[in-house]
Amino acid sequence: MSEMLKVENLNVSYGAIHAVKGISFSVNAGEIITLIGANGAGKTTTMHAISGLIRSGGGITFCGQSIHGMAAHKIVKLGLAQVPEGRRVFAKMTVQENLEMGAYGRKDKAAIADDLERIFQRLPRLQERRRQLAGTLSGGEQQMLAIGRAVMAAPKMLLLDEPSMGLSPILVHEVFSYIQDINAAGVTILLVEQNAKMALSIASRAYVLETGAIAMSGDAEALAKDPQVQRVYLGG
Amino acid sequence: MSFLLQVINGLQVGSIYALVALGYNMVYGIVQLINFAHGDIIMVGAYGAYVVLVLCGLPVWVAVLASIALCVIAGVGIEKVAYSRLRNHNAPRISLLITAIGVSIFLQNLFQLIFGSAGIPFPSMFQVAPINLGGLNISFVTILTIVVTVLLMIALQLLVGKTKIGKAMRAVSEDADAAKLMGINTNSTVAFTFGLGSGLAAVGSVLYSNAYPMITPFMGSMLGLKAFVAAVLGGIGSIPGAMLGGFIMGIVESLTKGYISTQLADAVVFGILIVVLLVKPSGLLGRNATEKV
Repeated sequence: MSEMLKVENLNVSYGAIHAVKGISFSVNAGEIITLIGANGAGKTTTMHAISGLIRSGGGITFCGQSIHGMAAHKIVKLGLAQVPEGRRVFAKMTVQENLEMGAYGRKDKAAIADDLERIFQRLPRLQERRRQLAGTLSGGEQQMLAIGRAVMAAPKMLLLDEPSMGLSPILVHEVFSYIQDINAAGVTILLVEQNAKMALSIASRAYVLETGAIAMSGDAEALAKDPQVQRVYLGG
Repeated sequence: MSFLLQVINGLQVGSIYALVALGYNMVYGIVQLINFAHGDIIMVGAYGAYVVLVLCGLPVWVAVLASIALCVIAGVGIEKVAYSRLRNHNAPRISLLITAIGVSIFLQNLFQLIFGSAGIPFPSMFQVAPINLGGLNISFVTILTIVVTVLLMIALQLLVGKTKIGKAMRAVSEDADAAKLMGINTNSTVAFTFGLGSGLAAVGSVLYSNAYPMITPFMGSMLGLKAFVAAVLGGIGSIPGAMLGGFIMGIVESLTKGYISTQLADAVVFGILIVVLLVKPSGLLGRNATEKV
């Protein structure tokens, strides 16, 4: 398996607060990797640093090319898309416009139309509501739209930040099954979650983040059985 | 009859307010900055047209295009030189606002240095006889101003609603970071917005200078301020709001001049600002302050 994303000694500070303290991890092509940890552990900060939304120290390599310090929109064009925390759909734009925005950096019109059709087939609720403003959708529909929008970028790899946040268990299952479908279609996944149980159930490997540093890492199944992980993250 | 004439005059000056207010609102919508240098772009456009028309002796259409080009370059240049660096380093909003006022003072003094502070008469660009509409003699410039403004507004609505760059403008104004994650280059989208607003101001500038043919380095202050009031009235950040606010302001000002007192016109206009801020700070078509995220 080839290495798709490599993060080396990543450091992020907000003023005096050292939010991410020299973490390193890697994601291989085709994998689902999860980064779990409590609120404030530095998960979202790590995601923002990888996508180029904030300045960071250290090295970030995607498909063998350094993307550290690169403008966020260029990183998307290389094939690394992100579904941000809190969905962040464009509430005052229609469902279809949101999806079109996802493909903003692409030029291949015919392929974009095909991808749009495929997403509508997979998510028929969005097709029914394609002309509705995204702000009028339910939380679960907005999350599906946010994921679909990122898929419209035709990414090689997708970063997902807390896709289960604020959703009922049934919707969480729907979202996770969509994520697995995307992975099955060949997209590498880096999933950040507070819902460690769900995340570990679909991931092959996991990293546990605690106050800005990696506390544990390894095989997802093994971590799910680890007594300390069970006590702290799985409520067992 | 005279009432109708006052309304038509109001629509004329309101068209110009609307064209300028659009620039305030589009820029505010996308970077939450009241660009106080925007009024001075009008002045830059007027001098640009004057230089090409009178000093170079070139035809009217060249002067109009040159004025638009100059304003677009000035608008984008101001954004790149003065604002974008502050924004990209997350400077507080007040720093941007003060910078905008600084740019405004700089432009006024620069043009005073080049052209002197005395007013320069602006030549009439369109020497066409007044047109008789249902018994009313209406000047060609009045009709031209209203028609051009309405056409530009339709074009702008199509641009923002249907085109790729228009959708990018809306996406960036709603959530700049999410827009970046879509692969949208927010810096160039913002620059485009500044350019578009400045181009509209240039058209307003040429039309204004034909109606009030005396240009000075300070002509942008009052006009810019009134257009800003129009923007607040319509709803700061809203494109249809700028249009509506501009027309209402123009008509109110014209009717005040016609039926109450010329001297009171400015007081009424700024009185509107106070009333709007007290009663409905978000403006007629503005977004609600509390937004569901």
